[in-house]
Amino acid sequence: MDFTEEQIERYSRHIILPDVGGKGQAKLLKSRVFVLGAGGLGSPALLYLAAAGVGAIGVCDGDLVDLSNLQRQIIHNTGMVGTPKTLSAKKAIEELNPGVKVTAYNERLNAGNIREVIRGYDIVLDGSDNFPTRFLANDASFFEKKTLVSGSMFRFEGQVSVFKPHQNYPCYRCLYPEPPPKGLAPSCQEAGVLGALAGVIGVLQAVEAIKEILNIGEGLSGYLLVFDALKMSFKKLKIRKDPGCALCGENPSIKELVTYEEVCEATAGKCES
Amino acid sequence: MAVKVRIPTPLRKLTGGSSEVFAEGVTVSEVLADLEGKYPGIKERICENDGALRKFVNLYLNDEDIRFKENMNTKVVDNDELSIVPAIAGGIS
Repeated sequence: MDFTEEQIERYSRHIILPDVGGKGQAKLLKSRVFVLGAGGLGSPALLYLAAAGVGAIGVCDGDLVDLSNLQRQIIHNTGMVGTPKTLSAKKAIEELNPGVKVTAYNERLNAGNIREVIRGYDIVLDGSDNFPTRFLANDASFFEKKTLVSGSMFRFEGQVSVFKPHQNYPCYRCLYPEPPPKGLAPSCQEAGVLGALAGVIGVLQAVEAIKEILNIGEGLSGYLLVFDALKMSFKKLKIRKDPGCALCGENPSIKELVTYEEVCEATAGKCES
Repeated sequence: MAVKVRIPTPLRKLTGGSSEVFAEGVTVSEVLADLEGKYPGIKERICENDGALRKFVNLYLNDEDIRFKENMNTKVVDNDELSIVPAIAGGIS
């Protein structure tokens, strides 16, 4: 593809990178990434994907920007308090890089709409803050054969992985077959999260998404990266493809999307970390 | 055998805030029993009533998932590291 003068200048630090180059930058410009949640994880991920020149970004969130979000959700700003997060995120992305086509989904995804929504994208980046959405994103990505870049966090700890069951790698259910029932998920009162941790995990998700688009390096498919901010330790654990997985195993029992009940009342209806 | 057990953030209130503790046993199952003796209440966060691993928690012996070794009967040796790795979803919005 032919770059404009503006694009050559904007993406020059990518274009001079041996593993990216003009070819890689062209791949980025043609790529389509769907980001679930414009919250703690989605904010940094969206900004870096947009800065990298990902051609089309879908951003999904049903919430309004709240002052308490701004401790970590850096795509939003004080003037946007009360505005839908998707619109705030779209505005920030367009200011950063007007070349990116942003589609805002100001809604909560469910079993009835998620497959159709993600079908138009190459990669799904999960920055949701609840188990029902996380399992829904995994199952829908499996059925639609989309690569899922997953990130999650709790207090000072985060997890990142890439799920590609359609390429014979494990899915999220190979790692965790089912979500915790009511009462066994950490309660909301115990929750809370270090704001900058969201940056670490969300940016790692962006790095993995970009590597997937460029098809370079070694991705986190088949691995779970566990980050402990207090110890400043990263552990890379192996995730095996489970032949008994109810979704992607040899005799799957899950043939269509499952809707789980929200286990934590206070986060019901919300879609991001 | 004394192994180092890595405690994830959601369970640290049961270990008095410690992120790493030591427990003894020849198998993972024995290590968990010893852990429960030292920190009552921790085992039910990891295992079902019948002793099987909960479906939203994994145990890693060094960097291997015990489900793909010998599960609760997986043997441990001195200086092994057992990590408790629960599913996390975010938690605050």
